[in-house]
Amino acid sequence: MTVSVWLEHAIQDAERRKLPELKPLLEALARSTSALRAADWNRDLSGASGTTSSPNAR
Amino acid sequence: MHADVRTITELARQIRAGTLSAESATEQCLARIAECDRDINAFITVTADQARAQAREADRELEAGRDRGPLHGVPISLKDLIDMRGTPTTAASRVRAGHVATTDALVTTRLREAGAVFVGKTNLHEFAFGTTNEDSAYGPVHHPLDVTRSPGGSSGGSAASVLAGMAYASIGTDTGGSIRIPSSVCGLVGLKPHLGEIPIDGVVPLSTLLDHVGPLCRSVEDAGIVYHALRGVTNPPPIRARDVAGLRLGVPQPYFMDLLDEDVRAAFDAMLQRLSRAGAAIEDVAIPHASYAPPIYVHLALPEAAAYHAPTLESQPDDYSAPVRLRIETGRYILAEDYVRALHGREALIADVNAALAGRDGLLLPTMTIPAQKLGATTVSLGGTEEPVRNAMLRLTQPFNITGHAAISIPCGKTREGLPIGAQIVASQTAAVLEIAAALERPLEQ
Repeated sequence: MTVSVWLEHAIQDAERRKLPELKPLLEALARSTSALRAADWNRDLSGASGTTSSPNAR
Repeated sequence: MHADVRTITELARQIRAGTLSAESATEQCLARIAECDRDINAFITVTADQARAQAREADRELEAGRDRGPLHGVPISLKDLIDMRGTPTTAASRVRAGHVATTDALVTTRLREAGAVFVGKTNLHEFAFGTTNEDSAYGPVHHPLDVTRSPGGSSGGSAASVLAGMAYASIGTDTGGSIRIPSSVCGLVGLKPHLGEIPIDGVVPLSTLLDHVGPLCRSVEDAGIVYHALRGVTNPPPIRARDVAGLRLGVPQPYFMDLLDEDVRAAFDAMLQRLSRAGAAIEDVAIPHASYAPPIYVHLALPEAAAYHAPTLESQPDDYSAPVRLRIETGRYILAEDYVRALHGREALIADVNAALAGRDGLLLPTMTIPAQKLGATTVSLGGTEEPVRNAMLRLTQPFNITGHAAISIPCGKTREGLPIGAQIVASQTAAVLEIAAALERPLEQ
């Protein structure tokens, strides 16, 4: 699941649970997850590792 | 606390010399609590009667020739995440209303066996889920040096209790910096022992993968005494300070030194200069994955917290403070695959820190990027950008919760306003951070 699809589903679920105030936290988490997935230690079946871009999100 | 007897070491000496008793030392701490805690709010529960009974028993034992070691008869406080039988463990949350611990945490048992006297349970950021102590069902803790400021957190009540002379030491917990941060902000010594050394049984968890228990004290020697008691060693050998001349210390440069308050940078640079003059070798080192520490931390700590809190998030959501509830709720959305990526990141960070430590005694860096902040502050200006206070406070401590390395905060100077600044020492073993801290404590006092 891509981070953007995950975020869309997460926000929808938070709204369904009557927790719309979670939206900015989930958006921050999405930035953090993108940074995590881009890290150079990640290995997957595509054979590609992540990049080493510096994550500013948390 | 007695005005002239401010450390465990000195109190232990006076108790054995017969110039002070455990009972009188305890009464002095209880008097300080009665005098100042209305303004500081360090304690959630004061266990005065139990403390008096423990102190009298400690004095009786010494008179009878039973000496349990340097903590015998010493008044200390416990962060209110740590079980003490017969008293509530509130975690500073309404969620825990009505709870009374039926048994001691293992660390509480060990402290009892070492003869410690418990004066009370200290306030904290709710469930240790923050760095300022502002979100507490019992109200915020105020800094003893300036009540408009936060004493740091989450072990803020612990730090305030020691700084204000209401206890000779306190036991805190540290998942992202919660012992070292308030120690730095309050000018104390705060030790995070190596991961797994001190048992966390009977301690309300934030993330069992990252949680550490350790002491907040007034000196490195005191931190060593309490650390050994937490390990179950009641008559430890004294710490042997390493020789500053010949110490080889790495200063992590990228990330760690990128965003520092001006006064923190000046105090830390002055410390490095003093150490160099005293003969220490100071070398720049890199921790290549350091900037990934925040995402790794978030993807490990939040799912763990969510798992622990899942039942009460459903049954008592309104009993959490809103900020804490929402942060824990966020953890319920993290995917398992991202948790695994964070576990792999943890290994990468451990390898980085081990490489930086290779051939060196330890790492030396500021404990925090900023000094004590005003209560209510949400952002701070650092390096021309506005940073969330929480991120600025955690930035330099969090990496070593992820890696599990031993770390200690010691005082290293003051801001122009007179607020304390801390320096952090990191090493592979807890004994090493204590020996290096003991060496650095001396030149800094000059």
